[in-house]
Amino acid sequence: MKTYLLRRALAIIPVMLVVATVSFVLIRLAPGDPASVLAGPDATTEDLAQLRTALGMDQPLPVQLVKWYARLAQGDLGQSIFLRRPVLQAVLERLEPTLLLTLWGTLLAILIGVPAGIVSARYHNTAVDQSFMALALFGLSIPNFLLGLVMILVFGVWLGWLPVSGYVPLDEGVWLNARSLLMPAVSLGLVQSALVARITRSSMLDVLREQYILSGRAKGLSERAVVYKHALKNAIIPTLTVIGITVALLIGGAVVIETVFNIPGVGRLIISAVLRRDYPVVQGVVLLIAVTYTVINLLVDLAYLLIDPRIRYTG
Amino acid sequence: MPGGNLSPSALVAESSVAASRPAATAGSGAMPSPAGGAALRALLRRRTAVLGALIVAVNLVVAVAAPALARRDPQHLDVRVRLAAPTTTHWMGTDHFGRDVWSRVVHGARLSMIVGASVVGLSFVGGLLFGLIAGYYRRLDNPLMRIMDGLMAFPGIILAIALMASLGPSVLNVIFALGIVYVPRVARIVRGSVLVVRESPYVEAARALGGLDLRILGRHVLPNCLSPVIVQGTFIFAAAVLGEAALSFLGVGVPPQIPSWGNVLAEGRLYLQQAPWLTLFPGAAIMAGILGLNLFGDGLRDLLDPKLRGVHGAGREA
Repeated sequence: MKTYLLRRALAIIPVMLVVATVSFVLIRLAPGDPASVLAGPDATTEDLAQLRTALGMDQPLPVQLVKWYARLAQGDLGQSIFLRRPVLQAVLERLEPTLLLTLWGTLLAILIGVPAGIVSARYHNTAVDQSFMALALFGLSIPNFLLGLVMILVFGVWLGWLPVSGYVPLDEGVWLNARSLLMPAVSLGLVQSALVARITRSSMLDVLREQYILSGRAKGLSERAVVYKHALKNAIIPTLTVIGITVALLIGGAVVIETVFNIPGVGRLIISAVLRRDYPVVQGVVLLIAVTYTVINLLVDLAYLLIDPRIRYTG
Repeated sequence: MPGGNLSPSALVAESSVAASRPAATAGSGAMPSPAGGAALRALLRRRTAVLGALIVAVNLVVAVAAPALARRDPQHLDVRVRLAAPTTTHWMGTDHFGRDVWSRVVHGARLSMIVGASVVGLSFVGGLLFGLIAGYYRRLDNPLMRIMDGLMAFPGIILAIALMASLGPSVLNVIFALGIVYVPRVARIVRGSVLVVRESPYVEAARALGGLDLRILGRHVLPNCLSPVIVQGTFIFAAAVLGEAALSFLGVGVPPQIPSWGNVLAEGRLYLQQAPWLTLFPGAAIMAGILGLNLFGDGLRDLLDPKLRGVHGAGREA
């Protein structure tokens, strides 16, 4: 088990190296000299020369790449051209809405998806199952930003129940904050719950076909006990994997949803950075998101160990 | 390893799980696929799959016949009818430059189909190449798959946005960016299949007969890896359509004057109150398109790759 933990943690290193390399390459893909790309359009010749020496741009590419790794290892993501502050700081300032949005979205996806999946499996091939699965397919086919737009139209414009857009920071009250995130979180979570429901259902169906479920039924356990006590424990494992994936997709989705609802989060940050050609910010945000995602996946893998005693990662 | 048949390996196919998950793709091997005619008949028996295929077909027809279906130039400006509600002349209304929304939606379908097909093509070429090499030449497996893992550590849309930032907005760049996003996903599936197929007696026999690697790969390994890849293709198609719409909606995809579903929606967002038709019509088009692809893909998957039954659908990359 210890070996597994160690191996699993070490497996992150090559992934991180690739992630760092990709973000290094991104700047080199942009048209023009990387130093002027990084320094922005207003940079003077001295600025450029300074940056070139600082980043070792006169040195061969492999050397630059190694220096880039070294900078990253120290947590230095560079300076934003337009915001005139370190990229890391800019991201941290924008983190709250994105974090809350992703959390609410994940929570909704689980709270809707898991029960829907269980019920569908329990009433397999009945009208309940079929209508849930039809809804799920519908959910998988609607882009989250479209759902967001339609919700704004219905609940914001036509009914006037909820604010059309904008974000209320947590400081100004938990309730107001939650209210401003309600529609964005539903647009994210509802779409994602479709995926969670499908996985939960199919893994539940697999488990319900197992011998021990049969013997549970044979010894006269109630259907309730069979489904919720015995089957669910095992069926939840694939669902856990999907929740790991869900978080990643929700981070990606949050970027889009923030634009729909005008939420000043990390997503808005990266999009405005793209439009302003603020490459260090694009590079830094992308890198941070990839790191977050990888860590979440590691945690999901480790959570298996806690949930399923049969899993003994050896070798 | 997770025990029994509840291993998460079934999920890995479309999932963007980073790093090495213990239950690798080796499980989702090549299923013996029914012969062509029988397969088609089995597919036709699934009503939902037929419905999906019909929707996809309608979309393709609209895409091909766009200039005939919408005679008005989608880029033609007419400020006299700015933001006009649907009428008999502009039956989906007009946008804030007075451009005909029907025209833009129909030509948007064309763009979506082109982007979808090209992304599928690109990701197949790259994914098959890397997947075959990684699965067949064991020495290259580790380095290649670590690179794929690294690329998959980025949520798809994020990587696409970052690539678009460097490449600049254009249709070709959207295709390229989305293609890069899906290459590792295809490569992973192909590699998993190859690992199973390469151990099979007929590949061994071909090797014993002194067949060249290239010939063995092309004639024996590749055809037996195709069915899960084809299934994946329908989902990648859907995800690419969504991806293009999302990128364009964010303003970092197709240049705004080119008619695309995402572009119309981006404009619609600004006029949601005055002109909801700018949102509702292209929105309905996207939904129908994706639903069709998902229905068709589900049917195809049940047929070709029963192991993944009921597990996934596309459309969560946006």
